[in-house]
Amino acid sequence: MSALPRAVDLGLIGCRMCGLVCRNVAGNAKLDGDGVGDAMACPRCGSTLRRRKTNSYARTWALLIAGFILYIPANVLPIMRTASLNDVDDNTIISGVVELWTNGSVDLAIIVFLASIVVPMLKFLSLGMLLVSSQRGSDWARPQRARLYRLVEFIGYWSMLDVFVVALLTALVRFNVLSRVEPLPGVIFFGLTVVLTMLASMSFDPRLIWDGRNTDD
Amino acid sequence: MATAVRNTDCLHARSSDALLICEHCDTVYRRRPLARGEVARCVRCGAELDRHRALSVNALLALILTAMIVFVQANIWPIFTLGLNGQFSATTLWGMIVTMWEQGAQVVAVLAAGTLFFFPMTKMMVMGWLLWFARMGRRAPGFAPLMVALHRIGPWTMSEVFVLGALVAIVKAHTYFEVVADPGIYAYGALTLLITIFAGVDMRQLWEQTPEPKP
Repeated sequence: MSALPRAVDLGLIGCRMCGLVCRNVAGNAKLDGDGVGDAMACPRCGSTLRRRKTNSYARTWALLIAGFILYIPANVLPIMRTASLNDVDDNTIISGVVELWTNGSVDLAIIVFLASIVVPMLKFLSLGMLLVSSQRGSDWARPQRARLYRLVEFIGYWSMLDVFVVALLTALVRFNVLSRVEPLPGVIFFGLTVVLTMLASMSFDPRLIWDGRNTDD
Repeated sequence: MATAVRNTDCLHARSSDALLICEHCDTVYRRRPLARGEVARCVRCGAELDRHRALSVNALLALILTAMIVFVQANIWPIFTLGLNGQFSATTLWGMIVTMWEQGAQVVAVLAAGTLFFFPMTKMMVMGWLLWFARMGRRAPGFAPLMVALHRIGPWTMSEVFVLGALVAIVKAHTYFEVVADPGIYAYGALTLLITIFAGVDMRQLWEQTPEPKP
């Protein structure tokens, strides 16, 4: 492992936006965005060069916790109401999955279950675990943790699935008194949860996994 | 696999162009040309560093133009129609966004408008603009800020999720209504295919492929 040099050790910085490799002319000063005088702009694209994402731990924790708080009403509150002549039915995320399953669409039920329940839970658990282990400077299972982060980043936005389903059904099922679908607050909380967890995974800097004990924070 | 840089002697002057830093773990590599189908992965963390660029600027521009045409189709045609006792109801993407706004779910309306319309549209237009000039061997006006904007918009386009959402909605509605697929859903299907093709394209290659303007 020691044969693989890291940019930090070589005094280099890769531009986050355009990928240009720059020499860290500020020497060993921390280009972490916390010092005002440290700011150095990428000569090619003009973005601020940072050794690590700004305040990665604090931002990721804040966004993740906010996302988790909103995830509770997203699951408890109904996400849509289906109303017809003789009955009114409020659906939560999980009742939507059950409905698909009992109507015989087992495959779609599994997809919706994965996108709406498994993916958000996986994001909370994985990012929480990545944050704790990186903050402790743990060297446990680093390649696996790196892969887990890439997975979380890749699958994150698929959770929007249920939000789009509710939106489409609301727009289409409009048969006056015969049959109607209306969005309920749960879907708003769920949409916000997805956005917040996406922002959380973007704020996390995967390089922190490899940084070890004696670096930032 | 790219070879790792073992000492700092080689980092003089312009040779920094020949270096590559893994964005996921900060490991420094020396760039080397990749053969067709080759993908360079980081030895330390396994993240993708670089891949062979199979599509030329011309091919990319053609893809973007196709995607734009399909995008217009996907937005003007209804997605699917529901029927109940002789009544029919159809919607387009914008019909859906407006309905969500009127039904009190403004947050969802804004999310849908951004991730399904404004961001994908901006992305395609910016890519088209940059590629059009790159084809002529120049950097487009506003090259640097547009490249940065493109990088930021990247994760916020969700057309492919919407297609899957439409399928789920069709299956759900099928239990109670007559469902007729409209041209919009096919256009969206084609759009997803195109998006998948250029999702693997790193537009950052344009930084190397176009000459830097003389100051």
